[in-house]
Amino acid sequence: MAKSVVLVSNLYKDYQTAAGAITVLKQVDFSMEAGDFVAIMGPSGSGKSTFMNILGCLDKPTSGRYTLDGHEVATLDSNTLAKIRNQTIGFVFQGFNLLSRVNLLDNVALPLVYSGANKAERQMRAKVLLDKVGLEQHVNALPNQISGGQQQRVAIARALVNHPRLILADEPTGNLDSKTSEDIMALFSELNADGISIVLVTHESDIAAHASRQVRFLDGRIVQDERSRAIVLATESKEKIEEKEPN
Amino acid sequence: MFLAMLGEAWRAMGANRLRTFLTMLGMVIGVGSVVLMMAVGQGAQESVKESINAMGSNLFIVLSGSSTAGGARSGSGNSSSLTVKDANAISELDGVSNIAPISMGNAQVVFGGNNWSTSIIGTTPTYLDIRVWELVDGYVFSDSDIRSATRVALVGKTVVDNIFGDVDPIGKTIRIKQNPFVVLGVLKSKGQSLDGRDQDDTIIIPLTTAQRKILGNQFAGSVRQIMVQANTPEAMPLVEQNINGLLNQRHNIREGADSDFFVRNLTAVANSAAETTRTMSLLLGAIASVSLLVGGIGIMNIMLVSVTERTREIGIRMAIGARERDILLQFLLEAIVISVIGCLIGLFLGITGAMLVNQLTQAAVVISGNSVMIAFAVAASVGIFFGFYPARKAARLNPIEALRYQ
Ligand SMILES: Nc1ncnc2c1ncn2[C@@H]1O[C@H](COP(=O)(O)OP(=O)(O)OP(=O)(O)O)[C@@H](O)[C@H]1O
Ligand SMILES: [Mg+2]
Repeated sequence: MAKSVVLVSNLYKDYQTAAGAITVLKQVDFSMEAGDFVAIMGPSGSGKSTFMNILGCLDKPTSGRYTLDGHEVATLDSNTLAKIRNQTIGFVFQGFNLLSRVNLLDNVALPLVYSGANKAERQMRAKVLLDKVGLEQHVNALPNQISGGQQQRVAIARALVNHPRLILADEPTGNLDSKTSEDIMALFSELNADGISIVLVTHESDIAAHASRQVRFLDGRIVQDERSRAIVLATESKEKIEEKEPN
Repeated sequence: MFLAMLGEAWRAMGANRLRTFLTMLGMVIGVGSVVLMMAVGQGAQESVKESINAMGSNLFIVLSGSSTAGGARSGSGNSSSLTVKDANAISELDGVSNIAPISMGNAQVVFGGNNWSTSIIGTTPTYLDIRVWELVDGYVFSDSDIRSATRVALVGKTVVDNIFGDVDPIGKTIRIKQNPFVVLGVLKSKGQSLDGRDQDDTIIIPLTTAQRKILGNQFAGSVRQIMVQANTPEAMPLVEQNINGLLNQRHNIREGADSDFFVRNLTAVANSAAETTRTMSLLLGAIASVSLLVGGIGIMNIMLVSVTERTREIGIRMAIGARERDILLQFLLEAIVISVIGCLIGLFLGITGAMLVNQLTQAAVVISGNSVMIAFAVAASVGIFFGFYPARKAARLNPIEALRYQ
């Protein structure tokens, strides 16, 4: 069996609110191998973004274990976590989270500033990625000068700029038309084919269908976790062959 | 990396120009006033030091007349208590290197069509040695001039300017109270004395000539003052004591009775003047430092506002890999850039202001490299000191909470 990239067991997340503590994630067990492409679905408020933030080392669980690349995340110091966020993980936020005073090129290049790349390299990489998401004409625009869908693509470009091995995308196609969505999903599939692991939150089942595995959240619990039909079929037939072989 | 961050700091400052300017203004005023105050203070100290050097060192002046309890001199008219013989007796005392008996008064001086009222000092050549007073031209009268009471004069620069104009004074005959005097030499300019008198507005003539021809009606041999120079600063207390003892004895003054003279330690007076200016310039510096402090607090205030406003930005940066120290450095750098630029402008304005003060009031100002460096170092540390707390606050933010900040 391939080594797990992500291993989550018995995870809980509480939030303290004025009305008392609410438990947003309950008893979550989840594991993922290198090269997995997981789609997370579930109704609004079911804890998907909370889960993604924990996977992205932005937030800490209240209890339970999270192991990333074999490292117990709870034991890592803030510099190591920053390095992981910078180099291992590419995070696409639900709300884009672009720097509003900075042009698209510099927004995309920002992770490279913190990994210590020089200016020429930063600009070159950022241009390549803006090109990839179809925004090469807008490198000098500010985020508020482009549409929501375009901002979403900038956020994706920024997540990819530092060659992450794990992409966490929280509704990356939420603001895109179906044509652009398909383009973006094609890009993700391409990255996945290169061996990059992807976790993607979406409300649309046709987007989720691009993934090899669908996980459904309800009220903070994982209620369903299955491989795509095509893949399940492929696996099944493989199993059949294996069953037959000894004979 | 560092350059990129400097660029970031620059951009952040540019994003809110008015605010950056106002923050900087606190720094500008702080540094500007420190530089100005230090320049004026050091200038004052410098000119006091100059006056002290011009006065001569280890000096006493023995004045005739009695000193009352309050220290005021009474009856300078009955001034005949001191004599040249007293002076000569003082010169025999241990620790005394030079003495100069002095008689003085004011008189009208005429040359050609010009006349000028000036102070006349009748004394001996040692007076010039004691005062370290040189000539720019001509030569000093001699002891034989004293003996024969010749009518020769050394003129101060102010007198030259007022009655000679462009004429070379050497060898010319001037009239002092109608008496013709030949100008032997021109005194080097000494500037103002500690009490603000123009020391160049004077004419020095032989003591005997002054007594007989100019100051009149004093009985022969009496002098107004005796200037006494001690060998060393250490000898001064003993010399003072000995002068008092000697003169009391010579003047037949019984123990406990009022003296008809008193001894003033000029060096002590000068030192206390120096001390006063030093205190004054320290005080000026302290007041100016307060404005620097206020400027620093202004920076801290604005940086705190800025951190709060940019909480979301900080969250984003952390989410994509900024370490705590990157955030710390970013905000610290911003505070430092603001204070250093403010400091440079403040330096410029402070120096300009000091030069203006110099032009307008003729007061000496000294802009030393030291004070500029100190101002600069202080400004940079103010930036670091007051920028550190907000920057650390930013760096300690929790990324997810910062991202959620609206
Ligand atoms: N900081 C917080 N404090 C208190 N409650 C929170 C906080 N963050 C999230 N929650 C709550 O946790 C629950 C899950 O939120 P989460 O953002 O994970 O939902 P989601 O599944 O991503 O929803 P959506 O599909 O709308 O994005 C919600 O009920 C929300 O109100
Ligand atoms: Mg969400």
